[in-house]
Order: sequence, then C-alpha cells, then structure tokens
Amino acid sequence: MLAKRIIPCLDVDAGRVVKGVKFVEIRDAGDPVEVARRYNEEGADEITFLDITASSDDRDTIVHVVEEVASEVFIPLTVGGGIRTTEDVRRMLNAGADKVAINTAAVFNPEFVKEAAGRFGSQCIVVAIDAKKVSGENEPLKWEIFTHGGRKPTGLDAIEWARKMVDYGAGEILLTSMDRDGTKIGFDLALTRAISEAVSVPVIASGGVGELQHLVDGVVEGAADAVLAASIFHFAEYSIGEAKQYMAERGVEVKL
Amino acid sequence: MSKTIAVIDYGMGNLRSVSKAVGHVADAGDRVIVTDEPDKILSADRVVFPGQGAARDCMAAISDHHLNKAVLDAAHSKPFFGICMGLQVLMQFSEENDGADLLGLIPGHVTRFPDDHVVEGQHLKIPQMGWNRVHQESAHPLWEGIDQDSRFYFVHSYYVVPEDDSLVAGTTDYGVNFASVLARDNLFATQFHPEKSADAGLRLMKNFLNWNI
Repeated sequence: MLAKRIIPCLDVDAGRVVKGVKFVEIRDAGDPVEVARRYNEEGADEITFLDITASSDDRDTIVHVVEEVASEVFIPLTVGGGIRTTEDVRRMLNAGADKVAINTAAVFNPEFVKEAAGRFGSQCIVVAIDAKKVSGENEPLKWEIFTHGGRKPTGLDAIEWARKMVDYGAGEILLTSMDRDGTKIGFDLALTRAISEAVSVPVIASGGVGELQHLVDGVVEGAADAVLAASIFHFAEYSIGEAKQYMAERGVEVKL
Repeated sequence: MSKTIAVIDYGMGNLRSVSKAVGHVADAGDRVIVTDEPDKILSADRVVFPGQGAARDCMAAISDHHLNKAVLDAAHSKPFFGICMGLQVLMQFSEENDGADLLGLIPGHVTRFPDDHVVEGQHLKIPQMGWNRVHQESAHPLWEGIDQDSRFYFVHSYYVVPEDDSLVAGTTDYGVNFASVLARDNLFATQFHPEKSADAGLRLMKNFLNWNI
C-alpha cells in the first residue's frame, strides 16, 4: 500500500537555509543544495522549500536553488513562499519544482488557485493553510485561517476553506497549526484529523514536531497522509532514516 | 554506440525533470532532446513519452502538435517508454472528462479510483500521491536490478484496465489492485514517475536506455 510520506522542509532566506543547521561533514551548512542532497541520501520522500525572502530582489535565488537541486535529486520537490501569479508557478515548475505551495495569495485571491490548477493541473498545486484555534474551552472546536505568520485573522473557517480550495483545484493541502508551529509539542491532531477527513485530497501535517512520536501521532491520530518537519532534521537531532525506522516499528507504512 | 533519446514535448506538463533524469543515466555521448517535431521523434533511437493533466487536454495537445502518427509509429518501431498520462493515452478510452477517446494502441480503458473508499479504517485519498509498491508480474529486461515490490512515486486519480492481462508487467495495490505497468514488445509504460522515484526510478530508466529488443 501507499506509504506515509516524511517531508523535510527547508526555510530559505535569500538563498540560505535559516534556523541553523549542524550537519557533520557538510562544509557550507546553510547551503540549501547541500542540505537537500543530504536529505535525499537519507531517504526523504519529498523535499519542500519555503522561500521566506523578504526582498523581491533576492527572490531569483530560490529559482537557482531549485534548478540545482532538481538536476541531481530525483524525488518530488515543492516550492512555497511568494507564489502569487501563474507566471510565478510557471517559473518554479520550469526550474524543476514538481509542485508549488500557494498560501497568502489563495486567501486574497481564491480564483488564483482555480487558474493555476486549470493551467498546470491539480497535481502540482498545493494550498498551504495556516490555521489557529479560535474556540474557547467547552465550545465546539473551531479553527480559523490566519495570514502574516499567524498574526492576522481572516474570519475564514479552516475546514470550510480547505474544502473550498479542493473544489478550486488544490491537489494537496499543507496544513500548519499556527498554535503549534515552533513549539515542539506535537501537531494539533484534532485540527489535522478534522481537515483530513473533510477533504478528498492528501493532507500534509505541519507545525510542532519535536520528537519522533509526534510523526507517528500525526498519521495515526491525525490521519495525515504526510508529515512535514524542519527543525528536528535541521539540527540533526534525528535523521530521516531514524524517523522512518521509528515509524515503521510502530506500524506506520513508510518507504524504507 | 551513442544514442539519441527523444522526450516528446506536446505542452502537457513539465518535461525538465524527465529530460534531466534521462540525461543523468545516459552514457557520455548520448543525446537527450526534448521535441515536438515528428521527424526528430522518428529518427531518434529511443522515445520517452511523458504526460500530465487531464485525458482530454492531453489528446487535444497531441493532436494540436500533429503528433498522433509520430507517437503511434514510434510506439510500434523503437524502444518506447510511456510515463503517467503517457501510459493512459495509449489505451482506447478514458472515463475522465465524461469520456475521452484515446490513441487506442492498447485495447482497454482508463477508470477512476472509487470515491469514499475505506481500507482498514482509512479513507483513501484521490489522487493517490506518494510512494507505493510495484509488484513485478513478469520478467522483463527493464526490471533488472530492481527489487521485487520496490516503491515508486505515483500521482494519479485514474488507472488503466487493459483487456489483455498478459500485458501487465507490474501491479500496485491502492484499495484496488491495478495495472501500474504495461509492457508489449518494444513498449514499456508506467503509471508512476520513474524520474521522481529516486534510485529505483533511475535504474529503470537506465535499463530502458540499455534495452535491446
């Protein structure tokens, strides 16, 4: 059967991996090409690049990173961050990306998702959703879409939004819990399960991984089809291989 | 002897990763060309036929590029590797887009995974996206050096149902056990993406380049 995917995510700022990386034997620890190469050798199922470059002048650097990685790493590559027009999508696909993740632009202009999926196919359109819990204690669970790194509420219900994005042509949902992102206490499993059960397409859980058990929880309790993590792999706390071994020992089907 | 490998470009999908992967496993001196010109396709030593997107769009694009005959001729005459939609459009008919006629090279049709399919308590997502096992149903030179039940990368909502079971060179289980590889004479076609399937995929493409029929 289909394996659950483990996807390391590289946050790239002006051509450098940020959050710090401490791989042994890698000379330039912040070079996204070297990091991607290492993840590929460790058996990553896909690699996601999130371009967090603030200056538009430096945006071309991610294109070169993708080009270089795609010429030697033969697994699926996803690029997110700053994808606002079909021209942005085209450039990334031409550079060698297999999928693009659309986030903020989808919130401000949902038709863009439709346009991009219509032109390039749903298989390469991932919609990234940043959700935050807005229900109080003793209230039915409710999550809302936030933008600007979780600072700005949009009033959009996360489950309804996910369904709408799939109707508009999203082939996959990258779901990040803004409550959990960076906390290392694990995914928001209730959110993950709610979204995964609400849509027909695969859901990637993101935000909060601090230990390997969290990855298992994401697929078993959260019903995620894939799990994405950054810092546990960046800081070489665990290799991708160790993560997969751990998951396999707990009955999760993974590609070893 | 150096070879020319033509990757057929009919405007459906990104061919960069396919041509990169072929180039990666090609011998020094081999030429990999990405082309929509029938002459170049027919004069190449080997042909790779990729494809993405909806069945009807693919058929329209093949027709718009005047490639129907070149694709069929190549598929009859030289080592020919179909990938994803490049497998599906070889069949006669697809249920996608409320029905679409295909190239009709292989008797059979293309159908969609069942909606709301639950296996072991898990709702199966459509598209199938990720790494699944391919069970080699028959010995074939392209399987050389690839372990039985190796995993390859899939992204698809539809799968082929050939009339002749003997053409099925590989099967995959995604709630239904479907034909993920068809092989006939000089033709080998996969539902998965070898160009995105790491070592197993590269080995398969390498075997294709070395395949002597």
